[in-house]
Amino acid sequence: MKTETRSEQLQPPSLLGNLLRKLHIDIPLLTCILLITSLSMVILYSAGGQDTGILLRQATRLGVALLLMTLLAQVDPYQFQRLSLLLYSLGILLLLAVLVMGQIGKCAQRWLDLGFFRFQPSEMIKITTPMMIAWYLAEHSLPPKWRELAIAAVLIILPTLLIAKQPDLGTALLVASSGAAVLFFAGISWRFLISTGLVLASLTPVLWHFMRDYQKARVLTLLNPEADPMGKGYHIIQSKIAIGSGGIYGKGWLGSTQAKLDFLPESSTDFIFAVFAEEFGLTGCLGLLLLYLLLISRCLYIAVQAQDTYSRLLAGSLTFTFFVYLFVNIGMVIGILPVVGVPLPLISYGGTSMVTLLAGFGILMSIHTHKKLLPT
Amino acid sequence: MSRTYTIKDALLENRIFLGRIVFAFTAMLLLTGALVARLIYLQIVGHEHYSTMAKDNRIRISPLPPTRGIIYDRHGNILAENQPSYSLELTPEQIPDMQETLQRLQKLLDIPDEKIEQFLVLQKRHKHFTSTPLLLRLSDQEVARFAVVRPYFPGVDIHARLVRHYPYAELTSHVIGYVGRINEQELKSLPVAEYRGTHHVGKTGIEKTYETDLHGQAGYAEIETNAQARPINTLTEVHPVPGANIYLTLDIDLQNTAYQALDNYNGAVVAIQVKTGEVLVLVSRPGFDPNPFVYGISRKVYRELQESDNQPLFNRALRGQYPPGSTIKPFIALAGLEYKVTDFYHKLYCPGYYQLPNVSHKYRDWKKWGHGPVDMNDAIVQSCDVYFYDLALTLGIDRLHEFLNKFGFGKKTGIDIAGEKAGLLPSREWKQRRRKQPWYPGETLITGIGQGFTQVTPLQLARATAILANNGEVVTPFLADRIIHANFAVSGPRKAPRNLHLKPENLENIINAMINVVHGARGTARRIGKDIPYQIAGKTGTAQVFSVKQEENYNADEIAQKLRDHALFIAFAPAADPEIAVAVIVENGGHGGSVAAPIAAKVIKQYLQKQPES
Repeated sequence: MKTETRSEQLQPPSLLGNLLRKLHIDIPLLTCILLITSLSMVILYSAGGQDTGILLRQATRLGVALLLMTLLAQVDPYQFQRLSLLLYSLGILLLLAVLVMGQIGKCAQRWLDLGFFRFQPSEMIKITTPMMIAWYLAEHSLPPKWRELAIAAVLIILPTLLIAKQPDLGTALLVASSGAAVLFFAGISWRFLISTGLVLASLTPVLWHFMRDYQKARVLTLLNPEADPMGKGYHIIQSKIAIGSGGIYGKGWLGSTQAKLDFLPESSTDFIFAVFAEEFGLTGCLGLLLLYLLLISRCLYIAVQAQDTYSRLLAGSLTFTFFVYLFVNIGMVIGILPVVGVPLPLISYGGTSMVTLLAGFGILMSIHTHKKLLPT
Repeated sequence: MSRTYTIKDALLENRIFLGRIVFAFTAMLLLTGALVARLIYLQIVGHEHYSTMAKDNRIRISPLPPTRGIIYDRHGNILAENQPSYSLELTPEQIPDMQETLQRLQKLLDIPDEKIEQFLVLQKRHKHFTSTPLLLRLSDQEVARFAVVRPYFPGVDIHARLVRHYPYAELTSHVIGYVGRINEQELKSLPVAEYRGTHHVGKTGIEKTYETDLHGQAGYAEIETNAQARPINTLTEVHPVPGANIYLTLDIDLQNTAYQALDNYNGAVVAIQVKTGEVLVLVSRPGFDPNPFVYGISRKVYRELQESDNQPLFNRALRGQYPPGSTIKPFIALAGLEYKVTDFYHKLYCPGYYQLPNVSHKYRDWKKWGHGPVDMNDAIVQSCDVYFYDLALTLGIDRLHEFLNKFGFGKKTGIDIAGEKAGLLPSREWKQRRRKQPWYPGETLITGIGQGFTQVTPLQLARATAILANNGEVVTPFLADRIIHANFAVSGPRKAPRNLHLKPENLENIINAMINVVHGARGTARRIGKDIPYQIAGKTGTAQVFSVKQEENYNADEIAQKLRDHALFIAFAPAADPEIAVAVIVENGGHGGSVAAPIAAKVIKQYLQKQPES
């Protein structure tokens, strides 16, 4: 209690600050989120052909996502822990439902149509999988033993395969890495980590065998985009031109010729970073990356400050996943990773990833603001 | 908070976790560093290079759409081709004021508002720098009128494009189908790279089924352009691979004969080559002119087509479901022989009606005073209903269903164009499932004369006839004979025939009876049997029209016309060694023998005359 009163005294008493604190909102984190999403609006206006309708829709989604974040921040993290198994099982069931319905519909299907809105179970899985693994490992002493590792591996692989079957490689990758991150933070031995890494690397040819043709094509395209400039290489070539032509200072806001002339496909969604890089140049990119790193640092700080194992593991994993999002998307746009459908977090046009990400931040805020006095 | 902290080493956990967080953060910084390094490479080292690519010498990749394959009939007559046609196209990027330009164009060329709306929708989908057609199929005058004022319309151009054309128009509309503009939904499912630069896609019929073959493979050209996006120079060009040409089994002359023979009636004619399943004729009358669909049919014309009483858009041959009437009788007779519930010579007295035991209701024969004593031959030749009431009852609905099912009734034939209906072959199980009612014996009776629940499509009927003619070999009808790609050819979807293992003497008896329908002294189709050098085996049918929408503003004549029975006829020839099987349905045609049979006879005659040449 003492610490709290002191921190209140340190900050100038403001009505908004008090309200946010009452609402369990973490102000530094919120600031980072709002800064990045504001940038998103700025760049969306340009990338979307200066269409205010797009902005309005994205703002609405942001509003909904912020609301969900606030709601989740009110929940005691102990409740998340308690509900982990239930939510995880529910997610798996929904994934199965989508798969079965997709089979009936004979096409790639990722969402359940609930009438008033479409719900993607794979989005929910992105959060419930790390919750589940964190819950499971927190029930046992750390670092995890072989038996726990094996069970955790199954718990990760199950949803990953279900999503990969949809097929949605990008999301499957995110889910797998969120689960793996929990294991990593739980302290599995380096020897194990390295040997697993080696085994996975040696399994690449096997994985290659199971990949669908279009997925193989994406990897091949990365290695040599000029081989098929009309079809699959088009994205990468065009986005490299856009980024490269931006130079150090960029062409200025609304100055992107590549996106405007429609050379660059998906300029509002997965490839929005290319537009940003073209208009704001290297300096803009560095600024944006810095903002992202600030946000990540705050999240890691929250993870370190967390009081119990479950919260710590979950916070660490959610942060890590956010970074994977970031890295995979930018890596894809600048042509060092294959084209996987992963949006640029908090900036790409689209509601689903925004909602999931902010839900994750809501959980982080809940972890940070529901501290209890523990016997030391 | 009574959690099990005691057995855990909290300090160790803390230390490990902190270590991992530090490690993770370092890794993230390093990976971000890698991103930054790449960005520096692209934006500083590669800046010059990419800037030139972006600004001064923009390299535009321009799609080269493939030419669509041509569709021929079996003798090489062109059924679908590509004709050059002039279109007025706008490139939004180069137009200073779209609104004003459209207004001026509208005044100049008399463009209906509807076209402008269509264009605006279309334009949103296309890229700014690609040209989007506003008007297709300009007349020479329109081309001339625009050419004079062209300098005043920057960004507006006349392009010569290849446009799909169907020379036989309504004659082939229900077989070939048509291509139309790619719509929003199709856009999502079509391979993007292949359809960049292509505006049309197969919507129905052969055009749809064989879309991938007909479309071909897109090519592209890398074009150097100046700052105003005007092409300067073509750097490389990958040629498109034209779509495959398809030869159909259809005989357009025969198709024409059948279509003309239907005259002013609505109806369908299907002719199948008995031994192979090749579809020679697939007529649904009235047809419609598919050409307007290619360049965008106006709403008014489309509504007229949709609302016409004759339903020209309705493919009767494939989707029309009719009671088979007496054409079902040879099959039921055969069932009687195969299940050995009767023999060919067994006689039954027909008093003109039939009664179920203990039921007062009289099931009437079409001949009020009865046929007298009839055996199976007489019953088929004179189409005696009473004989078949009795036979159906003896067989029972279960055996009827089982047997007719073997001839393909109640299921799709598997022809290679989409939209086929399955018809309906009733069974005990079906009635319980769909109507929640048990099966009544009276329903078995009327099933025996092809009335009641049973519904067949003309295609099914023709195929069943072919099976009969083919000694029980089940063939699958198909239309695409050969698909000729640029450097290879494949043959169409032939399925190996399946044999029903019917007894030869039973088949022979039934076929003899069917020959007597056409050539016997009392046959119901005897008027077509005169003066032909070969024998036709056939069966007439008349189907009652049950459901007629009785709208009050119909005049009396029209009601009479609408209520008239459907006339049916199935036949194959030459009976000794069958080559062609035909099914004819004439809606509201009255009697099968007088209206439907002559149509079949014309088709058969023409086909058999032509035969020696091939």
